[in-house]
Amino acid sequence: MKVRVSVQLKPGILDPQGKAVEQGLHGFGFEVEHVRIGRLIELDVPGTDPVEVKAKALAMCEKLLVNPVMEKASIEVL
Amino acid sequence: MRVAVPVFPGSNCDHDALHACGTVMGWETIPVWHQETRLPENTELVFVPGGFSYGDYLRCGAIAALAPIMADIKRHADNGGLVLGVCNGFQILCEAHLLPGALLRNESLRFIHADVHLRVERADLPFTRAMKAGAVFQVPIAHAEGNFTLDPAELADLEARGGVAFRYCSPSGEIGEDHVPNGSMNGIAGIVNLRGNVLGMMPHPERAVDPKLGATGGLGIFRSLGSTV
Repeated sequence: MKVRVSVQLKPGILDPQGKAVEQGLHGFGFEVEHVRIGRLIELDVPGTDPVEVKAKALAMCEKLLVNPVMEKASIEVL
Repeated sequence: MRVAVPVFPGSNCDHDALHACGTVMGWETIPVWHQETRLPENTELVFVPGGFSYGDYLRCGAIAALAPIMADIKRHADNGGLVLGVCNGFQILCEAHLLPGALLRNESLRFIHADVHLRVERADLPFTRAMKAGAVFQVPIAHAEGNFTLDPAELADLEARGGVAFRYCSPSGEIGEDHVPNGSMNGIAGIVNLRGNVLGMMPHPERAVDPKLGATGGLGIFRSLGSTV
């Protein structure tokens, strides 16, 4: 099953990339705040049970995909 | 003293480490390919070098932290063996959970190469024994992700237990935001684990040990290690 893991910096963690992009958008005249940049990871995980597949993806997040010091993830089974 | 320098694909300070430990200090210094599963017998110090291991893919140091040699480096650390991680080596030690925290993108978003001053916060470590608490030394930095970050409760714990080994400072040793090149919390440049045998730092002491190359500010750390083992 296809799984989409969205990794975001935790609230409160400084995101200088997001800040730079926000300033860039302001430069174009857009009114926008709190731009945060994350990472999208797509996985193809064997299995047919979404609950089981999600659990596997969660284990992958804990082992490697996410650094809990600075990041949090949301997992979507497609 | 026997030193092992693990070499990952993308390491680029391994030869600086070999030069500092081998040529300058005269220690037996052995490069160890990341696919190895054992450190050389009787390794006393593991020097995890800087660079861009695995192209900094996913997060700096995240993939190197899973390399086969890392299990033996963890065993070495668990047995009280010395581990020094510099720059990407520091990032790898954090990702391998040998040290707390993470190194984020510099606040300025830029890669910074500069000579910086560090203040010795702990002079009782195997890495700092030949230095004095409060002493200031100059070493270079060269990194884009050196912004040390930890959640506030853990940061307070780290400070309370004396986990900060080095802090960025002015040439005369003053601490303050103005002297922090990369946004690191509390101006932290280097930390140690609870036991004091694993040290990670962003600045490069191994690049400031040879008078022929114009700087010797990093020698204190190597002299300390030499007097420890």
